[in-house]
Amino acid sequence: MIAFAIKRFVQALGVMLVVALISFMMFRFVGDPVNQLVGVDTSPAERAALRETLGLNDPVMLQFGRFVLKAAQFDFGISYQFKQPVAALIASRLPATLELSFVSALFALAIGVPMGVYTGLYRNTWLARGFLAVSLIGVSLPTFLIGILLIFVVSVNLGWLPSFGRGQTVNLGGVWSTGLLTKSGLQSLILPSITLGLFQMTLIMRLVRGEMLEVLRTDYIKFARARGLSRRAINFGHALKNTLVPVITITGLQLGSIIAFAIITETVFQWPGMGLLFLQAVQNVDIPIMAAYLLLIAFLFVVINFIVDLLYVAVDPRIRLDGGTAG
Amino acid sequence: MPYVTGEETKARIPVSGGAVGALGRMRDSDLWYSFTRSPLALVSALVVALFVLAALFAPLIAPHDPFDPGSISILDSFLPPAWQDGGDARFLLGTDDQGRDVLSTILFGMRISLAVGFASVVFSMLLGITLGLVAGYFGGWVDSVIMRIADVQLTFPAILIALLINGVARAMAGPQSYDKVVFFVLVLSIGLSFWVQYGRTVRGSVLVEANKEYVLAARLIGLGPWTIMFKHVLPNVLGPVLVIATINLALAIITEATLSFLGVGVPPTQPSLGTLIRIGNDFLFSGEWWITIFPGITLAILALSVNLLGDWLRDALNPKLR
Amino acid sequence: MTPALSVRNLRIEIPTRHGVLTAIDDLSFDIAAGEVLGMVGESGAGKSITGSAVIGLLEPPGRVAGGEIHLAGERIDHLPPDRMRRIRGKRIGMIFQDPLTSLNPLYRIGDQLVETIMTHQRMTTGEARDKARKLLEEVGIPAAKTRLSSYPHQFSGGMRQRVVIALALAADPELVIADEPTTALDVSVQAQIIALLKQLCAERGAAVMLITHDMGVIAETADRVCVLYAGRLAELGPVRGVVKLPQHPYTIGLMAAIPSLTGDPDKPLAQIPGSMPRLGTIPDGCAFNPRCDYRFPPCTTERPVAYAAGTSQAACLLHAPEFSRVAPAETLKAADAAGIRLPKPAGEAVR
Repeated sequence: MIAFAIKRFVQALGVMLVVALISFMMFRFVGDPVNQLVGVDTSPAERAALRETLGLNDPVMLQFGRFVLKAAQFDFGISYQFKQPVAALIASRLPATLELSFVSALFALAIGVPMGVYTGLYRNTWLARGFLAVSLIGVSLPTFLIGILLIFVVSVNLGWLPSFGRGQTVNLGGVWSTGLLTKSGLQSLILPSITLGLFQMTLIMRLVRGEMLEVLRTDYIKFARARGLSRRAINFGHALKNTLVPVITITGLQLGSIIAFAIITETVFQWPGMGLLFLQAVQNVDIPIMAAYLLLIAFLFVVINFIVDLLYVAVDPRIRLDGGTAG
Repeated sequence: MPYVTGEETKARIPVSGGAVGALGRMRDSDLWYSFTRSPLALVSALVVALFVLAALFAPLIAPHDPFDPGSISILDSFLPPAWQDGGDARFLLGTDDQGRDVLSTILFGMRISLAVGFASVVFSMLLGITLGLVAGYFGGWVDSVIMRIADVQLTFPAILIALLINGVARAMAGPQSYDKVVFFVLVLSIGLSFWVQYGRTVRGSVLVEANKEYVLAARLIGLGPWTIMFKHVLPNVLGPVLVIATINLALAIITEATLSFLGVGVPPTQPSLGTLIRIGNDFLFSGEWWITIFPGITLAILALSVNLLGDWLRDALNPKLR
Repeated sequence: MTPALSVRNLRIEIPTRHGVLTAIDDLSFDIAAGEVLGMVGESGAGKSITGSAVIGLLEPPGRVAGGEIHLAGERIDHLPPDRMRRIRGKRIGMIFQDPLTSLNPLYRIGDQLVETIMTHQRMTTGEARDKARKLLEEVGIPAAKTRLSSYPHQFSGGMRQRVVIALALAADPELVIADEPTTALDVSVQAQIIALLKQLCAERGAAVMLITHDMGVIAETADRVCVLYAGRLAELGPVRGVVKLPQHPYTIGLMAAIPSLTGDPDKPLAQIPGSMPRLGTIPDGCAFNPRCDYRFPPCTTERPVAYAAGTSQAACLLHAPEFSRVAPAETLKAADAAGIRLPKPAGEAVR
């Protein structure tokens, strides 16, 4: 178990280093950092001085080391377009994205898993076929189009829910602004979460269905039937629990991509999160923000992966005990 | 036998025979049988073919030239579809903010969407197959490096990678010349974000095939590694690669549309479907829904049809995946 | 006395794209309480599917298309699913081939036992746990009490099959169907498991349907044996008779093909030429006729039923007086030499 955790930790560190290298190379070699920070009228001498203070004349390895060290302290430099520290910019946008992502993931799981179970168990019913057809449409429709259609129907035509922004937010302790505590904040959350979660929902549904069909064919389910266990005990006790092992893995990874996919949803709904910030950075070639965002996403991925591994261990005794007793 | 084996593939490539022989063989194949038995596959193939043709011949069939400033009039702007009050029979699906015919812009937009889609699929396929062959055949550190890159890349969603590559390319090209190279930037960024799947599939097949007798035999009679790979190993992976390519075509089209919608894709002067949706999105609230909804529906139908085709192809080539 | 299990004219069909296949055709047999009936035959002969049909777990689209199955006199082949479920595990226990995959890897074996016990018997969890412990002790698992909270992967294959047996016997069923219970195990463990199964069932007076392709296991364990060929009965009789003096040409071939420790090591093993026909390509008349050394004209047209043959019943036209009468003399002679007990008139003709 401990060996397992250490192995995972080293792997995660490796991924982070690779991503850091990419971020650093973007930061250092794409465009000239000096040019981005100064005006046209800056003299060559001033530029050279700035270059020296920024440490751009040092050996590249040293610069990379400094970059990693600073990044580990959440120092990502100054945004080219806003002339503000990147870390502060991201910190102010982080709550919006995280709240949206987690609500979406919750929605995707809460709807996707039961739908998957149903379509797996009763795969020949009309409802199951209907779910499957809808899921294919869900996979095929681009996220932004779903958002636009939702806005068009629910906000423009029906006028039920707001179509942009976060509504009213409450600031918790000066660090976290939440939209979960006000009515308008919650209302504003509905359409974006559905938009963001729909793709993952269909994915989870198809995954659960596939796993369910697979598990129902196994010998231990056959044996459970031969033991006369009730349908409910077989389907929801034995089959579902075994289905959840791979589902947890994939869902965890999906949670990471939800945060990344939030870029699109945030654009459609003008949601003031990190994704919107990143997109502005791409449009305006604001490399420090791009680099920081990349690192942050990688970090979230790694953390989520680690949590997934722990969950996996909690569900599957084979990993848990093999690590502890057998070695 | 549903899976394309080496013998079959070789048999299907006519050595000297004409098209009749190839067509005849195609008609006899299991793939064709499954195709004619699946109405959904037939319909989607038809839709895709229709869209591709419409895009190819857009200049001939489009009622207006939306990019000819002489033929568009600002007086015609914001006209609703022809069947609605205030609609104009000249503009079946209405006009946009500049008075351009929505139907025509869709036809021309599809051209760009499909062109970017096909080009990036071909690019990622070539890249993925090459890297997969190299990784699988040479093994060792070459293999490790390529597959590590693939692993790290797989951790991130394709759209994020496409955005990053796009941003970097934008920085390198500079704002002025960016519009000129945008097509290549898009193909590059989409293509680079989708190669991993081909690479992994091909590498896996190479590892399996490289130890089979016929490859050993080919090596014994003195064929070089590249000849063996392209003539003997590659035909065996064409089936899975074709499936990935079809599904990725839908993904590539969606990714291009998404990039354009996000404002980092095709510029409004030469709009793709995604750009059209982005432009129209601004008018959704003022009631001019047709500017964005019609391109949106077109994109949805296109992506859905290609996806259905890919789904069917996957099932037909490998019933075990069902 | 009513047999524990009685199968009458069972017919199992599997509809496929290429037509309906008949997996089991007109099969009848009984198993008395406390008796072990061995079911033998090559893979695909229909042994396992018969077991599945009895316990009501035929894989769709397979279905019982004719005949009857009686459990202690009560017909069970047409029961509604929920009634049948209550019989499974309680009155019929089943043991599958692979103990490694028969147990749910995510549940402790104690929980799997308690779950099974409480499904069929009114008990508190404490009582059920107690019974689970006793069952584990009975199947010979040391330190049963602590082992209850172990997971399947912590047991060896043989131990797992013991757990599977405990699960199958949890509710003291009247009939136990054991489908190749030792095939997946090490040879050294096989004998132990078979002996354990036989002993536990004997103690409980349970009838056993032992499905295997291993004639050695049958010879040691079974009281009677039922030989299947291409979904049809070939021979059915006391194990002693069938092994010593097989009456169906297929059984004769089968017995001759068993390697013997006492035989001449240089003599090549006997084998039956050809292979069993696949379902759907079964020839007219007797299913075995293309491979049979004693074939005579009616074999390709007349479908044999079970005729009395020595101590057994055999589905071979040689045992039908009306057909063996017209058989060529040399066929009869060869058959007699092979130990086939021909019916009276034909047998007299030979002598």
